[in-house]
Amino acid sequence: MIELINVNKSFEDKQVLFDINAQFFSGKNNLIIGASGGGKSVMMKCMVGLERPESGHIEFDKRDMLSLDEQQLREVRREIGMLFQGTALFDSLTIEQNIEFPLRMFSKMTAAERRDRVNFCLQRVNLENINKKFPSEISGGMKKRVGIARAIALDIKYLFCDEPNSGLDPITSRLIDALIDEITKEYGITNIINSHDMKTVFDIGDHILFMYKGAKRWEGSRQDLSHAQKEIKELDEFIKASYFH
Amino acid sequence: MNLSFFYHFGRYLMFLRSMLYRPEKMNVFFQRLFDEMTKIGIGSLPIVAITSLFIGAVTTVQTAYQLVSGLISKTVIGTIVSDSTMLELGPTITCLVLSGKVGAHISSEIGNMRISEQIDALEVMGINAPGYLALPKILAGIIMIPILNIIAITLSIYGGYVAGELSGILTHEQFVVGAQSTFKGFTLFFSMIKAFTFAFIITSVSSYQGYFTKGGALEVGESSTKAVVYSSVLILFFDYLLAELLL
Repeated sequence: MIELINVNKSFEDKQVLFDINAQFFSGKNNLIIGASGGGKSVMMKCMVGLERPESGHIEFDKRDMLSLDEQQLREVRREIGMLFQGTALFDSLTIEQNIEFPLRMFSKMTAAERRDRVNFCLQRVNLENINKKFPSEISGGMKKRVGIARAIALDIKYLFCDEPNSGLDPITSRLIDALIDEITKEYGITNIINSHDMKTVFDIGDHILFMYKGAKRWEGSRQDLSHAQKEIKELDEFIKASYFH
Repeated sequence: MNLSFFYHFGRYLMFLRSMLYRPEKMNVFFQRLFDEMTKIGIGSLPIVAITSLFIGAVTTVQTAYQLVSGLISKTVIGTIVSDSTMLELGPTITCLVLSGKVGAHISSEIGNMRISEQIDALEVMGINAPGYLALPKILAGIIMIPILNIIAITLSIYGGYVAGELSGILTHEQFVVGAQSTFKGFTLFFSMIKAFTFAFIITSVSSYQGYFTKGGALEVGESSTKAVVYSSVLILFFDYLLAELLL
């Protein structure tokens, strides 16, 4: 479980996160939704350590990320996988080398064991025979799946997905959602997804957090969403606007 | 000079300091170092060879043109070509050319990785990104650019010799006697100190510019331009400083 306690973040004079308290549960798809500029990405960057909040605590299974030393922080980070919005695959490496990368850096596996693990991960995301291709030679949907394969190459406990459906057609989006859901449940991962896509929310969202202008406006389950929509104007506007996309 | 200079200088020093952690995997580090040495060394060889051959040739022809007095021995041409090549033309011109080729490449490569979140991906994995990306490039530059300097000096003197012979300005013996007459080991040592210093400037300044790129493709281009301009200016500044301190 990941817990945020009174997290505040500013960039120069502008505060972008206001006293965030939230919990993200293991084995569940925890979705952060909200309009652009609402603080979703900054919150995710704070959680993975790419940004440092001014105050508050970010606890990964009771380990406070903000009070760990550099070495301890690196060890926690090795339990984190991340699927970036633009996939962030290393374009100078082949698909196989991309997935192998965390294994080479952090495991003591032999070359044969690494190769087996890469093939397993590729099969797990329903990709085959692209080992020797470069990221520029495959489609956007395939890149996302390779990104997931790289994220799960090590035995991770936490998966962060930043806009996993951005730039994908609706059919591929649903395939990616289903794949993320399967992997989350199969490995009992704490999965946190940043998304604008209400279809994703309704299909796989277990726990949902709605951000509005840098503050948490609502938190609850998918089942509670329609009730909350009637009470919270901003959430209602966001959901209704999403129907027209 | 305004406050932004101090901001960038401080951030540059912190960037250099952040590399000084033990690499995650030594075999991966050495593999990357070897790759970078190949890229910088072998990849720059043609441009260094062409530049230095022609510089040597031009130096011979222009020196001969200025020697209007018959009282001055033509062996002086060999002396001037070899000394000026070792002291100035070899390290400085080679490194100015390399700041364009190697510096722009390093800056755009790292800058592209920054804007496409590849550096974020490294950091999320728990990898020391400056150490992984920039340190092998800096070390490779420090190893390979002095070697390129030696090659440049050799080819430049050879270019001067060939130009002298082909155009009938001076004979083989006159050139060799001139080149050997004032040779001092320190001149070559000084040349190598310059090459080491310039190599560090080119690779570290370019890595810094690339690493802190913000924005998109346009900003990557701007970072590359800054990398070349700042490296070139610093090379010229340290060229003068080293000459004042060591000669």
